[in-house]
Amino acid sequence: MVNQSPINCEQVWREISNYVEGDLDAGLRTAMDVHFRSCPRCKSVLEGTRNVVRLYGDERMIEVPAGFGQRLKRRLTRSGRVRSNWATWSSWMIPVAAMLLMAGGLRMASSRTIAHPLLSAHAQPGHGVPAEMVVVVSTGAKEFHAPGCPFIHNKDKERTLTAKEAQREGYVPCVRCMRKYLQTADARVGVQELESEAHAEGEDGEGAR
Amino acid sequence: MAERNDVLSNPAMSREEELISQVQHGHNELFYELVRPYERRVYAAALAILRNESDAEDIAQEAMLKALANMRQFRAEARFSTWLIQITVNEALMRRRREHKAIMEGIDDHRDEEGEYVPRDFADWREIPSEALERKEVRQKLAQALAALDRKYREVFVLRDMEQLNIQETAEALGISIASVKTRLLRARLMLRDLLAGGWEKGWFSRLPFEKGTKPW
Repeated sequence: MVNQSPINCEQVWREISNYVEGDLDAGLRTAMDVHFRSCPRCKSVLEGTRNVVRLYGDERMIEVPAGFGQRLKRRLTRSGRVRSNWATWSSWMIPVAAMLLMAGGLRMASSRTIAHPLLSAHAQPGHGVPAEMVVVVSTGAKEFHAPGCPFIHNKDKERTLTAKEAQREGYVPCVRCMRKYLQTADARVGVQELESEAHAEGEDGEGAR
Repeated sequence: MAERNDVLSNPAMSREEELISQVQHGHNELFYELVRPYERRVYAAALAILRNESDAEDIAQEAMLKALANMRQFRAEARFSTWLIQITVNEALMRRRREHKAIMEGIDDHRDEEGEYVPRDFADWREIPSEALERKEVRQKLAQALAALDRKYREVFVLRDMEQLNIQETAEALGISIASVKTRLLRARLMLRDLLAGGWEKGWFSRLPFEKGTKPW
Protein backbone atom coordinates (compact mmCIF):
# COMPACT_ATOMS: atom_id res chain seq x y z
CA MET A 1 0.00 0.00 0.00
CA VAL A 2 1.40 3.38 -0.98
CA ASN A 3 0.67 5.79 1.78
CA GLN A 4 2.15 9.24 2.06
CA SER A 5 -0.28 10.47 4.73
CA PRO A 6 1.04 11.57 8.13
CA ILE A 7 -0.98 8.90 9.99
CA ASN A 8 -1.06 5.13 9.58
CA CYS A 9 -3.95 2.70 9.09
CA GLU A 10 -4.19 1.70 12.76
CA GLN A 11 -4.61 5.33 13.77
CA VAL A 12 -7.28 5.77 11.11
CA TRP A 13 -9.25 2.74 12.32
CA ARG A 14 -9.07 4.02 15.89
CA GLU A 15 -10.62 7.32 14.86
CA ILE A 16 -12.95 6.22 12.08
CA SER A 17 -16.04 6.27 14.27
CA ASN A 18 -15.29 9.80 15.43
CA TYR A 19 -14.66 10.73 11.79
CA VAL A 20 -18.13 9.49 10.85
CA GLU A 21 -19.57 11.39 13.83
CA GLY A 22 -17.78 14.59 12.74
CA ASP A 23 -16.17 14.60 16.18
CA LEU A 24 -12.55 15.34 15.25
CA ASP A 25 -10.37 18.41 15.27
CA ALA A 26 -9.66 19.92 11.87
CA GLY A 27 -6.04 18.78 11.75
CA LEU A 28 -6.78 15.10 12.33
CA ARG A 29 -9.71 15.18 9.93
CA THR A 30 -7.52 16.62 7.19
CA ALA A 31 -4.86 13.99 7.86
CA MET A 32 -7.46 11.23 7.55
CA ASP A 33 -8.85 12.73 4.34
CA VAL A 34 -5.36 12.60 2.90
CA HIS A 35 -4.96 9.00 4.06
CA PHE A 36 -8.26 7.88 2.52
CA ARG A 37 -7.19 9.23 -0.87
CA SER A 38 -4.22 6.93 -0.96
CA CYS A 39 -5.45 3.88 1.02
CA PRO A 40 -8.22 1.74 -0.50
CA ARG A 41 -8.32 -0.52 2.59
CA CYS A 42 -9.13 2.35 4.93
CA LYS A 43 -11.52 3.78 2.35
CA SER A 44 -13.28 0.38 2.43
CA VAL A 45 -13.47 0.53 6.23
CA LEU A 46 -14.87 4.06 6.07
CA GLU A 47 -17.56 3.30 3.51
CA GLY A 48 -18.57 0.08 5.23
CA THR A 49 -18.91 1.95 8.52
CA ARG A 50 -21.01 4.60 6.82
CA ASN A 51 -23.25 1.88 5.36
CA VAL A 52 -23.73 0.41 8.83
CA VAL A 53 -24.65 3.76 10.36
CA ARG A 54 -26.98 4.70 7.52
CA LEU A 55 -28.82 1.38 7.20
CA TYR A 56 -29.30 0.76 10.91
CA GLY A 57 -30.36 4.38 11.40
CA ASP A 58 -33.27 3.87 9.01
CA GLU A 59 -36.61 3.62 10.81
CA ARG A 60 -37.53 0.58 8.75
CA MET A 61 -35.00 -1.36 10.80
CA ILE A 62 -37.28 -1.07 13.82
CA GLU A 63 -40.34 -3.27 13.60
CA VAL A 64 -42.87 -3.69 16.36
CA PRO A 65 -45.09 -6.76 16.77
CA ALA A 66 -48.52 -6.56 15.14
CA GLY A 67 -51.10 -5.01 17.46
CA PHE A 68 -48.46 -3.35 19.63
CA GLY A 69 -50.22 0.02 19.64
CA GLN A 70 -53.61 -1.44 20.48
CA ARG A 71 -52.22 -3.44 23.38
CA LEU A 72 -50.41 -0.35 24.67
CA LYS A 73 -53.63 1.66 24.53
CA ARG A 74 -55.50 -1.04 26.41
CA ARG A 75 -52.84 -1.20 29.11
CA LEU A 76 -52.85 2.56 29.52
CA THR A 77 -56.61 2.45 29.91
CA ARG A 78 -56.50 -0.48 32.34
CA SER A 79 -53.95 1.38 34.48
CA GLY A 80 -56.70 3.79 35.45
CA ARG A 81 -54.59 6.80 34.58
CA VAL A 82 -56.23 7.17 31.19
CA ARG A 83 -59.97 7.18 31.01
CA SER A 84 -61.21 5.53 27.88
CA ASN A 85 -63.40 7.66 25.70
CA TRP A 86 -65.98 4.92 25.90
CA ALA A 87 -66.15 5.12 29.66
CA THR A 88 -66.27 8.91 29.53
CA TRP A 89 -69.09 9.21 27.04
CA SER A 90 -71.00 5.97 27.35
CA SER A 91 -73.34 7.39 29.96
CA TRP A 92 -75.00 9.61 27.36
CA MET A 93 -73.91 7.81 24.18
CA ILE A 94 -75.90 4.65 24.90
CA PRO A 95 -79.32 6.33 24.97
CA VAL A 96 -78.41 8.53 22.01
CA ALA A 97 -77.24 5.53 20.02
CA ALA A 98 -80.44 3.68 20.88
CA MET A 99 -82.52 6.59 19.64
CA LEU A 100 -80.55 6.78 16.43
CA LEU A 101 -80.99 3.06 15.83
CA MET A 102 -84.72 3.33 16.35
CA ALA A 103 -84.98 6.37 14.08
CA GLY A 104 -82.90 4.75 11.39
CA GLY A 105 -84.71 1.45 11.59
CA LEU A 106 -84.21 -0.90 8.70
CA ARG A 107 -82.44 1.71 6.65
CA MET A 108 -79.58 1.85 9.12
CA ALA A 109 -79.49 -1.91 9.52
CA SER A 110 -79.00 -2.40 5.81
CA SER A 111 -76.53 0.44 5.41
CA ARG A 112 -73.43 -0.55 3.48
CA THR A 113 -71.53 2.67 3.74
CA ILE A 114 -68.25 3.11 5.59
CA ALA A 115 -66.92 5.96 7.68
CA HIS A 116 -64.90 7.40 4.85
CA PRO A 117 -65.40 6.97 1.09
CA LEU A 118 -62.89 4.72 -0.63
CA LEU A 119 -59.97 6.65 -2.05
CA SER A 120 -60.13 4.53 -5.19
CA ALA A 121 -63.49 4.09 -6.92
CA HIS A 122 -62.32 0.85 -8.54
CA ALA A 123 -60.91 -0.78 -5.45
CA GLN A 124 -62.25 -3.55 -3.23
CA PRO A 125 -62.18 -2.83 0.49
CA GLY A 126 -60.99 -6.38 1.15
CA HIS A 127 -62.40 -9.18 3.23
CA GLY A 128 -61.19 -10.55 6.53
CA VAL A 129 -58.32 -8.11 6.96
CA PRO A 130 -57.26 -8.43 10.63
CA ALA A 131 -58.40 -5.15 12.20
CA GLU A 132 -55.30 -4.71 14.34
CA MET A 133 -52.77 -5.68 11.70
CA VAL A 134 -50.08 -3.02 11.38
CA VAL A 135 -50.08 -1.52 7.90
CA VAL A 136 -48.40 1.37 6.12
CA VAL A 137 -50.07 4.15 4.14
CA SER A 138 -48.69 7.26 2.50
CA THR A 139 -50.25 10.61 1.76
CA GLY A 140 -51.55 10.87 -1.78
CA ALA A 141 -51.75 7.10 -2.25
CA LYS A 142 -54.88 4.94 -2.11
CA GLU A 143 -53.70 1.60 -0.83
CA PHE A 144 -52.48 0.30 2.49
CA HIS A 145 -49.56 -2.11 2.55
CA ALA A 146 -47.73 -4.59 4.72
CA PRO A 147 -44.57 -2.96 6.12
CA GLY A 148 -41.78 -3.39 3.62
CA CYS A 149 -44.03 -3.85 0.59
CA PRO A 150 -42.02 -2.66 -2.44
CA PHE A 151 -45.07 -0.97 -3.94
CA ILE A 152 -45.42 1.76 -1.31
CA HIS A 153 -45.43 5.15 -3.02
CA ASN A 154 -44.35 8.46 -1.47
CA LYS A 155 -42.19 6.75 1.13
CA ASP A 156 -41.18 10.08 2.60
CA LYS A 157 -44.83 10.60 3.59
CA GLU A 158 -45.62 7.14 4.89
CA ARG A 159 -47.09 6.42 8.31
CA THR A 160 -48.02 3.33 10.25
CA LEU A 161 -51.48 2.51 11.59
CA THR A 162 -53.82 -0.42 11.99
CA ALA A 163 -55.75 -1.94 9.10
CA LYS A 164 -58.98 -0.82 10.74
CA GLU A 165 -57.79 2.77 10.88
CA ALA A 166 -56.53 2.63 7.30
CA GLN A 167 -59.85 1.31 6.05
CA ARG A 168 -61.73 3.92 8.02
CA GLU A 169 -59.69 6.58 6.23
CA GLY A 170 -60.68 5.07 2.90
CA TYR A 171 -57.50 3.19 2.05
CA VAL A 172 -57.89 -0.15 0.29
CA PRO A 173 -55.67 -3.27 0.40
CA CYS A 174 -52.63 -3.33 -1.86
CA VAL A 175 -53.35 -5.73 -4.71
CA ARG A 176 -49.88 -7.28 -4.28
CA CYS A 177 -49.04 -7.65 -0.62
CA MET A 178 -52.68 -7.90 0.53
CA ARG A 179 -53.84 -10.09 -2.31
CA LYS A 180 -55.16 -12.84 -0.09
CA TYR A 181 -57.73 -10.46 1.36
CA LEU A 182 -59.03 -9.60 -2.10
CA GLN A 183 -59.53 -13.03 -3.62
CA THR A 184 -62.85 -13.66 -1.90
CA ALA A 185 -63.63 -10.05 -1.33
CA ASP A 186 -67.15 -9.24 -0.52
CA ALA A 187 -66.45 -5.70 0.44
CA ARG A 188 -69.61 -5.08 2.37
CA VAL A 189 -69.18 -8.04 4.69
CA GLY A 190 -65.64 -7.00 5.59
CA VAL A 191 -66.60 -3.45 6.25
CA GLN A 192 -69.59 -4.41 8.35
CA GLU A 193 -67.37 -6.64 10.43
CA LEU A 194 -65.00 -3.79 11.03
CA GLU A 195 -67.80 -1.42 11.90
CA SER A 196 -69.45 -3.76 14.34
CA GLU A 197 -66.09 -4.51 15.94
CA ALA A 198 -65.39 -0.82 16.29
CA HIS A 199 -68.71 -0.29 18.07
CA ALA A 200 -68.07 -3.24 20.34
CA GLU A 201 -64.66 -1.93 21.39
CA GLY A 202 -66.01 1.48 22.15
CA GLU A 203 -63.19 3.10 20.22
CA ASP A 204 -61.20 4.03 23.29
CA GLY A 205 -58.31 5.49 21.30
CA GLU A 206 -60.05 7.40 18.56
CA GLY A 207 -60.40 10.60 20.53
CA ALA A 208 -56.66 10.79 21.00
CA ARG A 209 -55.83 10.70 17.32
CA MET B 1 -45.84 25.78 31.17
CA ALA B 2 -48.88 27.59 29.87
CA GLU B 3 -52.46 26.76 30.81
CA ARG B 4 -54.57 24.88 28.32
CA ASN B 5 -56.26 27.90 26.76
CA ASP B 6 -52.94 29.65 26.29
CA VAL B 7 -51.51 26.51 24.73
CA LEU B 8 -54.31 26.24 22.23
CA SER B 9 -53.92 29.85 21.19
CA ASN B 10 -50.14 29.78 20.84
CA PRO B 11 -49.33 29.05 17.19
CA ALA B 12 -45.58 28.89 17.90
CA MET B 13 -46.01 25.81 20.04
CA SER B 14 -45.51 22.51 18.24
CA ARG B 15 -48.15 19.81 18.42
CA GLU B 16 -45.83 17.79 20.67
CA GLU B 17 -45.31 20.71 23.06
CA GLU B 18 -49.03 21.27 23.10
CA LEU B 19 -49.71 17.62 23.94
CA ILE B 20 -47.03 17.60 26.64
CA SER B 21 -48.55 20.65 28.25
CA GLN B 22 -52.06 19.26 28.12
CA VAL B 23 -51.06 15.90 29.59
CA GLN B 24 -49.14 17.70 32.33
CA HIS B 25 -52.35 19.54 33.11
CA GLY B 26 -54.30 16.33 33.51
CA HIS B 27 -55.50 15.51 30.01
CA ASN B 28 -54.15 11.99 30.18
CA GLU B 29 -56.40 10.84 27.37
CA LEU B 30 -53.98 12.63 25.01
CA PHE B 31 -50.96 10.69 26.24
CA TYR B 32 -51.17 7.96 23.61
CA GLU B 33 -51.19 10.52 20.84
CA LEU B 34 -48.07 12.03 22.40
CA VAL B 35 -46.10 8.77 22.58
CA ARG B 36 -47.39 7.10 19.45
CA PRO B 37 -44.57 8.44 17.20
CA TYR B 38 -42.03 6.86 19.57
CA GLU B 39 -43.58 3.41 19.95
CA ARG B 40 -41.02 1.81 17.68
CA ARG B 41 -38.04 3.43 19.32
CA VAL B 42 -39.19 2.56 22.82
CA TYR B 43 -39.72 -1.05 21.81
CA ALA B 44 -36.34 -1.25 20.06
CA ALA B 45 -34.52 0.14 23.11
CA ALA B 46 -36.14 -2.45 25.36
CA LEU B 47 -35.44 -5.25 22.87
CA ALA B 48 -31.76 -4.29 22.60
CA ILE B 49 -31.36 -4.82 26.32
CA LEU B 50 -33.69 -7.75 26.96
CA ARG B 51 -33.41 -9.67 23.64
CA ASN B 52 -36.86 -11.13 24.09
CA GLU B 53 -39.83 -9.74 22.19
CA SER B 54 -42.38 -10.48 24.88
CA ASP B 55 -40.27 -8.94 27.65
CA ALA B 56 -39.47 -5.98 25.42
CA GLU B 57 -43.14 -5.24 24.78
CA ASP B 58 -43.94 -5.57 28.46
CA ILE B 59 -41.14 -3.20 29.43
CA ALA B 60 -42.12 -0.77 26.67
CA GLN B 61 -45.60 -0.62 28.19
CA GLU B 62 -44.19 -0.28 31.71
CA ALA B 63 -41.98 2.57 30.54
CA MET B 64 -44.93 4.35 28.95
CA LEU B 65 -46.93 4.01 32.18
CA LYS B 66 -44.01 5.33 34.19
CA ALA B 67 -43.61 8.25 31.80
CA LEU B 68 -47.30 9.08 32.18
CA ALA B 69 -47.04 8.90 35.96
CA ASN B 70 -44.04 11.25 35.91
CA MET B 71 -45.11 13.66 33.21
CA ARG B 72 -45.02 16.62 35.58
CA GLN B 73 -41.31 16.00 36.13
CA PHE B 74 -40.54 16.36 32.44
CA ARG B 75 -38.82 19.65 31.68
CA ALA B 76 -39.09 21.36 28.31
CA GLU B 77 -35.32 21.79 27.94
CA ALA B 78 -34.97 18.03 27.32
CA ARG B 79 -36.18 16.23 24.21
CA PHE B 80 -39.30 14.25 25.03
CA SER B 81 -38.15 11.30 22.94
CA THR B 82 -34.82 11.15 24.79
CA TRP B 83 -36.57 11.30 28.15
CA LEU B 84 -38.86 8.47 27.09
CA ILE B 85 -35.98 6.32 25.84
CA GLN B 86 -34.03 6.90 29.04
CA ILE B 87 -36.98 5.75 31.13
CA THR B 88 -37.25 2.67 28.93
CA VAL B 89 -33.55 1.85 29.26
CA ASN B 90 -33.79 2.21 33.05
CA GLU B 91 -36.80 -0.08 33.21
CA ALA B 92 -35.16 -2.67 30.96
CA LEU B 93 -31.89 -2.64 32.91
CA MET B 94 -33.81 -3.05 36.17
CA ARG B 95 -35.78 -5.97 34.72
CA ARG B 96 -32.60 -7.66 33.58
CA ARG B 97 -30.93 -7.19 36.95
CA ARG B 98 -34.01 -8.48 38.73
CA GLU B 99 -34.18 -11.61 36.66
CA HIS B 100 -30.41 -12.16 36.77
CA LYS B 101 -30.33 -12.86 33.11
CA ALA B 102 -26.89 -13.92 31.99
CA ILE B 103 -27.14 -13.47 28.28
CA MET B 104 -24.54 -15.33 26.29
CA GLU B 105 -23.59 -13.58 23.13
CA GLY B 106 -22.64 -14.87 19.72
CA ILE B 107 -19.60 -13.07 18.40
CA ASP B 108 -16.39 -13.97 20.21
CA ASP B 109 -14.59 -10.93 21.40
CA HIS B 110 -12.28 -11.70 24.26
CA ARG B 111 -10.05 -8.70 23.68
CA ASP B 112 -9.97 -6.03 26.27
CA GLU B 113 -12.30 -3.12 25.61
CA GLU B 114 -9.33 -0.78 25.55
CA GLY B 115 -7.53 -2.86 22.91
CA GLU B 116 -7.58 -2.24 19.20
CA TYR B 117 -10.20 -3.77 16.94
CA VAL B 118 -8.67 -4.67 13.61
CA PRO B 119 -11.06 -4.78 10.66
CA ARG B 120 -11.01 -8.17 8.96
CA ASP B 121 -12.52 -7.42 5.60
CA PHE B 122 -11.31 -4.97 2.98
CA ALA B 123 -13.62 -5.81 0.10
CA ASP B 124 -14.33 -3.30 -2.61
CA TRP B 125 -17.04 -1.11 -1.25
CA ARG B 126 -20.16 0.35 -2.72
CA GLU B 127 -22.96 2.23 -1.04
CA ILE B 128 -25.94 0.02 -0.28
CA PRO B 129 -29.08 1.91 -1.30
CA SER B 130 -31.57 2.33 1.51
CA GLU B 131 -34.18 0.70 -0.75
CA ALA B 132 -32.49 -2.58 0.17
CA LEU B 133 -34.29 -2.32 3.51
CA GLU B 134 -37.60 -2.87 1.78
CA ARG B 135 -36.63 -6.52 1.50
CA LYS B 136 -37.50 -8.45 4.61
CA GLU B 137 -34.57 -10.83 4.30
CA VAL B 138 -32.13 -7.90 4.26
CA ARG B 139 -33.68 -6.48 7.42
CA GLN B 140 -33.50 -9.92 9.00
CA LYS B 141 -29.82 -10.31 8.16
CA LEU B 142 -29.07 -6.91 9.62
CA ALA B 143 -31.05 -7.79 12.75
CA GLN B 144 -29.22 -11.10 13.08
CA ALA B 145 -25.85 -9.37 12.80
CA LEU B 146 -26.90 -6.91 15.50
CA ALA B 147 -28.09 -9.73 17.74
CA ALA B 148 -24.70 -11.41 17.36
CA LEU B 149 -22.91 -8.49 19.02
CA ASP B 150 -21.85 -8.66 22.61
CA ARG B 151 -24.43 -6.97 24.82
CA LYS B 152 -22.29 -3.98 25.80
CA TYR B 153 -21.64 -3.12 22.16
CA ARG B 154 -25.21 -3.76 21.02
CA GLU B 155 -26.74 -1.50 23.67
CA VAL B 156 -24.51 1.44 22.83
CA PHE B 157 -24.99 0.96 19.10
CA VAL B 158 -28.78 0.78 19.35
CA LEU B 159 -29.06 3.87 21.53
CA ARG B 160 -26.67 5.94 19.45
CA ASP B 161 -27.23 4.80 15.88
CA MET B 162 -30.82 3.55 15.95
CA GLU B 163 -32.39 5.64 18.71
CA GLN B 164 -30.32 8.67 17.72
CA LEU B 165 -29.38 9.62 21.28
CA ASN B 166 -26.18 11.65 21.35
CA ILE B 167 -22.99 10.37 22.97
CA GLN B 168 -23.66 12.12 26.29
CA GLU B 169 -27.27 10.90 26.44
CA THR B 170 -26.17 7.35 25.64
CA ALA B 171 -23.59 7.47 28.42
CA GLU B 172 -26.17 8.76 30.91
CA ALA B 173 -28.80 6.22 29.91
CA LEU B 174 -26.42 3.28 30.37
CA GLY B 175 -24.51 4.71 33.33
CA ILE B 176 -21.12 4.52 31.62
CA SER B 177 -18.48 7.10 30.68
CA ILE B 178 -18.41 9.02 27.43
CA ALA B 179 -15.06 7.41 26.63
CA SER B 180 -16.63 3.95 27.02
CA VAL B 181 -19.49 4.91 24.73
CA LYS B 182 -17.05 6.01 22.05
CA THR B 183 -14.91 2.89 22.36
CA ARG B 184 -17.89 0.54 22.28
CA LEU B 185 -19.51 2.42 19.42
CA LEU B 186 -16.35 2.15 17.33
CA ARG B 187 -16.15 -1.58 17.96
CA ALA B 188 -19.84 -2.14 17.32
CA ARG B 189 -19.71 -0.36 13.98
CA LEU B 190 -16.56 -2.16 12.84
CA MET B 191 -17.83 -5.57 13.98
CA LEU B 192 -21.15 -5.07 12.20
CA ARG B 193 -19.30 -3.99 9.09
CA ASP B 194 -17.24 -7.18 9.19
CA LEU B 195 -20.26 -9.37 9.91
CA LEU B 196 -22.18 -7.92 6.99
CA ALA B 197 -19.23 -7.96 4.63
CA GLY B 198 -19.04 -11.70 5.30
CA GLY B 199 -22.72 -11.94 4.54
CA TRP B 200 -22.13 -10.36 1.18
CA GLU B 201 -19.83 -13.24 0.32
CA LYS B 202 -22.68 -15.60 1.23
CA GLY B 203 -25.06 -13.81 -1.09
CA TRP B 204 -27.29 -12.01 1.41
CA PHE B 205 -27.49 -9.02 -0.86
CA SER B 206 -27.08 -10.92 -4.11
CA ARG B 207 -30.26 -9.64 -5.69
CA LEU B 208 -29.38 -6.03 -5.08
CA PRO B 209 -28.60 -4.05 -8.19
CA PHE B 210 -24.85 -3.75 -7.69
CA GLU B 211 -22.51 -3.96 -10.60
CA LYS B 212 -21.03 -7.37 -11.18
CA GLY B 213 -17.77 -7.90 -9.34
CA THR B 214 -18.24 -5.14 -6.81
CA LYS B 215 -19.10 -5.45 -3.14
CA PRO B 216 -21.06 -3.14 -0.94
CA TRP B 217 -18.52 -2.77 1.81
